[in-house]
Amino acid sequence: MAKYYDVIIVGGGPAGLSAAYSASLNGAKDILILERDAEVGGILQQCIHNGFGLHHFKEELTGPGYAQRCYELIQDDPHVEIMTDTMVLEVRENHTVLAVNPKYGLMELHSKTVILTMGCRERTRGAIRTPGYRPAGVYTAGAAQRMVNIEGYIPGKKIVILGSGDIGLIMARRMTLEGCKVQAVLEISPYSNGLTRNMVQCLDDYGIPLYLSHTITDLKGKGRLDGITAAKVDENMRPIPGTEFNIECDTLLLSVGLIPENELSRDLGLDLHPLTNGPVVDQHRETSIPGIFAAGNVVHVHDLVDFVSEEAEIAGKYAAITAAKTAAGQMDPPAEDIPVEPGNGIRTCVPQHIAKTSNGEDVKLFMRVTNPMRNVRLELRNRNKVIVSKRLLVAKPSEMLAVELPAEKEQALRGILHVAVCEEV
Amino acid sequence: MSKKADVVIIGGGITGCAILYQLAKYDLKCVLLEKEPDIAAGTTKANSAILHAGFDAKPGSLKAKMNVKGNALYHDLKDELDLDIKWTGSVVAATTEVEMTTVKELLERGRGNGVTGLEIWDGDKIREHYPTLSPDIKGGLWAPTAGICCPFGTAIAFAENAVMNGAEIYRDCGVTSFNISDGRIVSVETAKGCFKAKVFINAAGLRADDIARLAGDDSFNIKPRKGEYILFDKSAAQQMTDGIIFPAPSKNSKGILVCATFDGNVFIGPDANDQDDKENTKVTYEGMDGLMAAARKLLPEIPVRSAITEFAGLRAVSDNGDFILGKSDKVPNLVHAAGIQSPGLTSAPAIGEYIADIVVKELEAEPNTDYVSGRPARNVFHTADNAQRAAMIAKNPLYGRVICRCETITEGEIVDAIKRPCGATTVDGVKRRTRAGMGRCQGGFCGPKVIHILARELHIPVSEVRKDRLDGVMYYDKDWKDGGNV
Repeated sequence: MAKYYDVIIVGGGPAGLSAAYSASLNGAKDILILERDAEVGGILQQCIHNGFGLHHFKEELTGPGYAQRCYELIQDDPHVEIMTDTMVLEVRENHTVLAVNPKYGLMELHSKTVILTMGCRERTRGAIRTPGYRPAGVYTAGAAQRMVNIEGYIPGKKIVILGSGDIGLIMARRMTLEGCKVQAVLEISPYSNGLTRNMVQCLDDYGIPLYLSHTITDLKGKGRLDGITAAKVDENMRPIPGTEFNIECDTLLLSVGLIPENELSRDLGLDLHPLTNGPVVDQHRETSIPGIFAAGNVVHVHDLVDFVSEEAEIAGKYAAITAAKTAAGQMDPPAEDIPVEPGNGIRTCVPQHIAKTSNGEDVKLFMRVTNPMRNVRLELRNRNKVIVSKRLLVAKPSEMLAVELPAEKEQALRGILHVAVCEEV
Repeated sequence: MSKKADVVIIGGGITGCAILYQLAKYDLKCVLLEKEPDIAAGTTKANSAILHAGFDAKPGSLKAKMNVKGNALYHDLKDELDLDIKWTGSVVAATTEVEMTTVKELLERGRGNGVTGLEIWDGDKIREHYPTLSPDIKGGLWAPTAGICCPFGTAIAFAENAVMNGAEIYRDCGVTSFNISDGRIVSVETAKGCFKAKVFINAAGLRADDIARLAGDDSFNIKPRKGEYILFDKSAAQQMTDGIIFPAPSKNSKGILVCATFDGNVFIGPDANDQDDKENTKVTYEGMDGLMAAARKLLPEIPVRSAITEFAGLRAVSDNGDFILGKSDKVPNLVHAAGIQSPGLTSAPAIGEYIADIVVKELEAEPNTDYVSGRPARNVFHTADNAQRAAMIAKNPLYGRVICRCETITEGEIVDAIKRPCGATTVDGVKRRTRAGMGRCQGGFCGPKVIHILARELHIPVSEVRKDRLDGVMYYDKDWKDGGNV
């Protein structure tokens, strides 16, 4: 008889590993992680810099170090099975997963619950419509990072980086340490899009110039890139004629944003949020299809892997609980649903709704602001009353905010929960 | 030591490959020379990929004849060569009364050219078939014989069959000069040595006038006319189109269309801008803005965020605007297949026959008695059903390892693309043969893996794997210094 798993986890990055650990801790007995790469760990494997784990493991780790810590929590766990070199082709509403690998071929795997932890991918040159030729030498920062840190090659010697996302900043430092010259980092926004610590440690410390409100208006070179033209942009992010200047380079790295990887979710028919580009979830990270959970960068792009693990542990726990209830034939009556609505100054908030459960747990909300601001208050309001308020000295789009809604306040919710920032008075 | 052949074809685009395919049916030693690392890497890789019905070209022109015949030939070649073609039909949509007049002219012209099945549709009928199109569309011309194809895949299919039948293709093999004696070409000097032949065929696309001049024939010029495109993700198809939607044509081009691709993406484009530089394939802000504005007239809602790439192609435009097909007046053993702009892709099989006829008569060639039709079977994982997939993996486990996640392309397909006749040697060569890297992440995930597979299968270092062009290496060794790998 085919195995009937409690939890199948799609993706063995930090989210998948943390979800498996939590699912096992919460009683799931048959947990399967499906990972397309030859090893688990996901994108962390190529993030050889430090700075990971300060929140989650209370110590500073490298990317592979963090992945190893997650792996060690499950490696001897008899309830967790890991299948690497395996691609998931389809996830069905009935929690069946179609996967393929060279060893076992096509596999139809059955489960009580599924957790989607596919992570995210990088936006490309095409997505931002950069003019010019299409030579070799233009890479997303993450693709180049893999080649440098895992495969042992460099993409070129003279580097320009478009976009000040964290991977771009980290790569500016990495390429400098590899003996390459990083000519400039260009950012179309009037503010940086990376963590402050990365701005300081990766650019300032190495004297790498950052051009805010700048973009690329031309790529030169037919076979291999040999230079770019940069220009200042106006408030509508259009290049200002007459401000162009050339930068010699053989390599352009793009760090222009990350997009949750939701091909499987879309085919499955999950409700996706137009701004996060991830599945709409409740506080347990359950999606619009019962028994299908999602966590980590597939839901919304995080800045810190620590919060990915935190979110995945929530999903793992509730997948385990759901699996146990399914096995026992118990069905919860549908919970009262509280939509969470981003208001003034808030671009996105996860979870997008709260299922009122009275399980005595606090609910943690994660959000991003629309633009940089100082001295503001983050407020949760329900029925025209501020129920949670948090003072913030600085808030910027590149740094995700978190706020806790205590359990007793969750139980008192009626109607819509509003999230907003307002000026500190 | 020079190599000897009966026929040398210069240029490995769709035209050169179609001629090679026809000549391989005869007992002739044929060689094709391509300056780039891969065939189908010039105009053939960046065009609208449409098999036109044939109502555009002026009656009596070579374009008109070749278009209608080529279209008909593709209906047979689809099965014979396992070509990726969908016979979707096309619409020319008019938004004004003046444009309706043009559409009616096209109908008459099409009938004159021998195009079958043409009909005038009113706006409602067009929107019934294509519900996303603009309410401003008043009517248009329906041409059921038009289709969409994979242009580079088609050229590669011609080449694969020819190589199976003994033809030789040399890539990275640009022509530098001709050796001429008594006005006839004796041999051609290239990056890979000297090739002697009895007949030389000029299918050099944008460079056809340069090649002709090198041989002493300055009877024509080729001007590049650039067309930019924006390609959209498959997920945008539903809100865009699954057909071929032209606007009413202008003097220089068929206009900026909204069109599905064989694999279910959608593009808008091309514009038409004359250039001086035969390698100017730059995309521009003006171009992209222009495409968006023009396409909105046909399709009001363009899902801008679903754009996955932009590219430009160059049309090879001759002085008189028509194809130049046949023997050179100046060099008796030089045959031109030049000025092949739209509808060049559609015309390719007809041009192949036309040029092959000339050569076969000239050399009094006999049929190749060992000729084999078709080409090696392709295993395409993403379109196979699960039983077929299981069978593929059982035969070769590499079909169970997905390398390109966006398009679901397996390692088995990539290795096959490298090992096939005239197989891929570059990252873009793999992409054109398998679609690995054509999806929404544009090779971000599979790129490093494809580079490794190429290095492994071609027995070359990773630092020698190229993207597309001769000097287009992707990555360098870490101890690389300026001036090359050490």
